[in-house]
Amino acid sequence: MTAYVPVTPHGFARLTSALSDGWVVAQRNLIKIRRVPEVLVWVLISPIMFVLLFAYVFGGAINPGGAVDYKEWLICGIFAQTVVFGSTFTGAGLAEDMQKGIIDRFRSLPMARSAVLVGRTASDVVYNVLSLLIMGLTGLLVGWRIREGALDALVGVVLLLVFAYALSWVMGYVALLVPSVEVINNASFIVIMPLTFVSNAFVPTESFDGVLRTIVEWNPVSALTQAARECFGNTGGLPAPDAWPMQHPIAYTLGWVVLILVVFVPLSVRQYRRSSLK
Amino acid sequence: MIRAEGLVKRYRGVTALAGLDLEVEAGTVMALLGPNGAGKTTAVRAITTLLVPDEGRAWVSGVDVLADPMGARARLGLSGQYAAVDEQLSGYENLVMVGRLYHLGRRRSQARARELLDRFDLADAADRPTKTYSGGMRRRLDLAAALVAEPPVLVLDEPTTGLDVRSRAQMWEVIRDLVGSGSTLLLTTQYLEEADRLADEILVIDQGREIARGTADELKSRTGGERIEVVLAEPHRLEDARRELARVALDQVEVGESGRDLSAAVATGAAELRDLLAAYDEKGIKVLDIGLRRPTLDDVFLTLTGHRTESRPGDSGPSGPDAVPLDPAVHDEMEARR
Repeated sequence: MTAYVPVTPHGFARLTSALSDGWVVAQRNLIKIRRVPEVLVWVLISPIMFVLLFAYVFGGAINPGGAVDYKEWLICGIFAQTVVFGSTFTGAGLAEDMQKGIIDRFRSLPMARSAVLVGRTASDVVYNVLSLLIMGLTGLLVGWRIREGALDALVGVVLLLVFAYALSWVMGYVALLVPSVEVINNASFIVIMPLTFVSNAFVPTESFDGVLRTIVEWNPVSALTQAARECFGNTGGLPAPDAWPMQHPIAYTLGWVVLILVVFVPLSVRQYRRSSLK
Repeated sequence: MIRAEGLVKRYRGVTALAGLDLEVEAGTVMALLGPNGAGKTTAVRAITTLLVPDEGRAWVSGVDVLADPMGARARLGLSGQYAAVDEQLSGYENLVMVGRLYHLGRRRSQARARELLDRFDLADAADRPTKTYSGGMRRRLDLAAALVAEPPVLVLDEPTTGLDVRSRAQMWEVIRDLVGSGSTLLLTTQYLEEADRLADEILVIDQGREIARGTADELKSRTGGERIEVVLAEPHRLEDARRELARVALDQVEVGESGRDLSAAVATGAAELRDLLAAYDEKGIKVLDIGLRRPTLDDVFLTLTGHRTESRPGDSGPSGPDAVPLDPAVHDEMEARR
């Protein structure tokens, strides 16, 4: 037998080994995307469909105000909606993993307990990058333009991605609680649908009344959309609504990202550990 | 190398483990033999850090699995009842992934993967997704995954359950090679024959507790060796047939309910069968069927506990027809009939 000296890393070494284990799992997920490209195709078709449906079905009926072109104004809403929906993917992927025999292999290996989650959320960033790319191209075709500098646009893209990343951890946690692909799909529809529709993604904040408007103004999806519109220069010169999150959309969105990660990363890792000891 | 003391695990009122002790010496093989639901898989999961027992402790290579599960995992390789490989990934990709998660590094993981694929006769299928593999190939890949880091301790949970005759024979060969190279091995099985062929020591368990332990020979001497079974063509010759069988039998001759089938344990097997055939020939006793049968787990159970094996709900094994047979021969016959 060759001498294999097991090492149980500590401190900083433990963090880097957790990241590298996560990366190994992420690579495995990426191989799977290549193996079953049909999934990717469907994931990418739905945002295209949304862009076209909203641009041409509601395009004539909804007027965000002033001289703003609805199609251009809408695209950032679709960006936000799509990356938010993308988190369902994390949940479904993780739920599937938890039901398969491979999870026993992972559990019996001396790898970081967080690796399955870190790997899953990381590989789903690739999905989001691809779907943003596809949506951006579709958007350009229907008349969307980036009217700010490259740096601003980059901030917009990064913001969309980090918000999606944080939400992935939420859905990951749900998947650990209820490891069923069907339940995840239905549950996320029920939660994410209102979250994205009761926001400024498709209609302007002003079209909501009373309590609903307050909800819309404080909805993180609204802030994300508003931030993206400002970064890409798609506000059409309209002033931001007079609520703190709308006045400071980037800060507010990042605040949510930090909050979600601080709560759900430890919660998910703990739940993974627990569910692996049944 | 592997030690467990007083393992207890209860699931909602069902006691899966009721205080199990075991010890596997370095370089030896222990078989945990028992029917479905006996607690074999639960014991394996407790020892391999996959579950926390309600009571008791376990050590792998001197490492306390409860105090230092990571350390224990680094020292053991597990191959489960259900091949734990990723279906979309190729055999090679699966093994490289496992190697990297054992922290062997990319280079070494790749070299090790090729080496193991060659050794387990999977080199030709190395780059195909494992969903295209046969059951036997998947099991071999799963076993290869357990060996990636050359851990000092190997745990195999029902390595051949559900495999066809050929794959089972192949798997036995692979496991025997491992044993030859000095691995410490704990394996669970429902087949007495499998335990007999592979293990130095057999621990028979039922309802989460030990009911017997010893070498295969020791257990067999308690249960009788092979049995001769006879089905008579003419029931009225039963008495004559019984008398002749009693001459070669170790103890008493059992007569079946139909009044035409007889069976008895014999010391060696073939010699007694030959003598009996000669005697029947001489006396003109016609038989429909006559043969030797190895004692099955069921026979061991009947002798040791006085009751037959029975599968219980909440059982660890797979359900369905694969789970029922206790003797590989019976199992294969069922496979063939399907």
